[in-house]
Amino acid sequence: MRRTQNLPPARLSGQSEMRAFQILIDGFAISALYALGATGFTLIFGVSGVLNLSHGAIMVAAAVAAWAAASIFNVGTYAGALIGVAVALLAAFATYFAVVKPIQDSRRIPNEEKEIFVLTGTLLWGIMIQELIAYFFTNNAKTVLPIVEGVVDVLGVRTPKNEIFTAIVCCLVIALLWLLVNRTRTGKAVLAASMNPRGVTLLGLELTNIYIVVWAIYGILAGIAGVLLGMFLGVSSYSVGPLTASAFSIVVLGGLGSVSGSLIAAFVVGYLETLTAYLVSPAYRTIPALLLLVFVMYIRPQGLLGRR
Amino acid sequence: MASFFTTRLFFISLALVVIASTLPLYVSGYVLGLLTVAFYFGVFAMAWDLLFGFAGEVNFGPTFLIGVGAYTAGILNAQFGWSVYLCIVLGALASVVAGLVLALPALRVRGPYFGLTTLVAVLMLQNFIVVFADLTGGEIGLTIPDVISIDAGVNYWIALGFMTISAAILYGLSQSPVGLVLQASGQDPVQAGALGFNIVKHKLAAFIVSAFFSGLSGALLVFYFGTASVGTVVDVAVGVNVIVSAVLGGRRTVLGAALGAIFLIVAGEFLRPTGELATFIVSAVALLVVLFFPGGFLGAALSREARS
Repeated sequence: MRRTQNLPPARLSGQSEMRAFQILIDGFAISALYALGATGFTLIFGVSGVLNLSHGAIMVAAAVAAWAAASIFNVGTYAGALIGVAVALLAAFATYFAVVKPIQDSRRIPNEEKEIFVLTGTLLWGIMIQELIAYFFTNNAKTVLPIVEGVVDVLGVRTPKNEIFTAIVCCLVIALLWLLVNRTRTGKAVLAASMNPRGVTLLGLELTNIYIVVWAIYGILAGIAGVLLGMFLGVSSYSVGPLTASAFSIVVLGGLGSVSGSLIAAFVVGYLETLTAYLVSPAYRTIPALLLLVFVMYIRPQGLLGRR
Repeated sequence: MASFFTTRLFFISLALVVIASTLPLYVSGYVLGLLTVAFYFGVFAMAWDLLFGFAGEVNFGPTFLIGVGAYTAGILNAQFGWSVYLCIVLGALASVVAGLVLALPALRVRGPYFGLTTLVAVLMLQNFIVVFADLTGGEIGLTIPDVISIDAGVNYWIALGFMTISAAILYGLSQSPVGLVLQASGQDPVQAGALGFNIVKHKLAAFIVSAFFSGLSGALLVFYFGTASVGTVVDVAVGVNVIVSAVLGGRRTVLGAALGAIFLIVAGEFLRPTGELATFIVSAVALLVVLFFPGGFLGAALSREARS
């Protein structure tokens, strides 16, 4: 395959110019989706120190629920998407109350080992969700019926409207999240809890309530990301592992617990993958991002914007 | 150490090994085949427990060490026709090198960051295997011409003997002063260093030992299966099974890890009639153990003995 950068700039053909735009547009949509998926993940870590390894399973559950509602029960695309988000919300609460909270409250697990227990517990929980999905809805890939259909011409690139819709929704949701966290009382409590949990309890706020709010935000974010992913790329129960791994690596790259860090990291990873897929080969898609991750860990172990 | 030979744990282990070694006389080849794989898995889990339970390193990529050993042995035999035993030794040595590579980030980053590095190592290995398909057999797997033996009984005895010797060495190491220093450096590296112990040296040693046994076991497993594939020795799911085994059997007990692995594989087989729900049930049982018996099988048994 021809590489764009090998051509002298003066002879850049219209085709390679179009490919550049295509990379810009595709990369943006994928990055925005990654950002949305990773934001909730990093928020939970920032506030309660929990790395939720059932993340991919919850996203896939949302997508499959939306698919089942729209394709099997014919409730329409909007209602289907809502059902998907609702399922993710329920799954997030179930994760918190059935797995994370019992481990955090357990007296038999020493405090310094709670981290690995939460990791193992949520991992097992994710596998359980994944297996249930495979059992009831098979392993086949499912594409959720898109809310908007058709193709438009953007900068000379034929782009599915769905892709633009995905990017817009992701940006809107992230903007809403920013407003929620920075401009509302609840959001400020969440922010405070991520900075100093003990300080928050001293101010008379119940930490458990804040955790519930965070898990609710997380569930909705993961749900929207899952449904959009289902419309944009399609999902199957095999996507669970890669989805968790990509969220994990984006979050670590950006700095654990830093929301703005993961937004930057999501775009870095999204564009790096798209560039590799277009310019080198789709088979090597994930390799440069992995190499970058290893490189950043050596130079700056706390991630791009990590606090530690 | 000498007092160990009078403990109940020693006699129970001895009795179990003696009973297990007579199994080929009266059970079918099918059962033996199952247990052979379970024993190799037991070594994976024990090697992992040395690294996690004692050195405190959250290694999400046990299959990086296993896979390097397995594939090195497999490739040398399949592509160059070297003898089985030479291949096994070289596989174990390659795994030690891989262990050193993995140890480098461990000395710099901790906790979730190191966990992610190890996960990335597995994904890189997986990509490498797929990209260099000519050498490695790619996604289909590598067929290995030689096997250690075609007799189920002999294979079983080799696996049992190998697991017993590994268990003795790893358990002995974990109970020795070296194991104590490792445990101390895992829990509080600064304080352990202040007491004058060389943390770096001990951690490197733990990685080398863990890698050696993982690689050796991986190489033996490959010559038992007659094939090396991503799905059996490299995939993240295999690594998850190893981790679950160790936590299930009781972390920081070494011997418990082997029990957990045997339980996991035998239970998976018993649940085969339930079809696709088998993994779900095993994960659910494992999750319940994690939530309600965080010490695992052996941990629960040992604490009961200590109480009485």
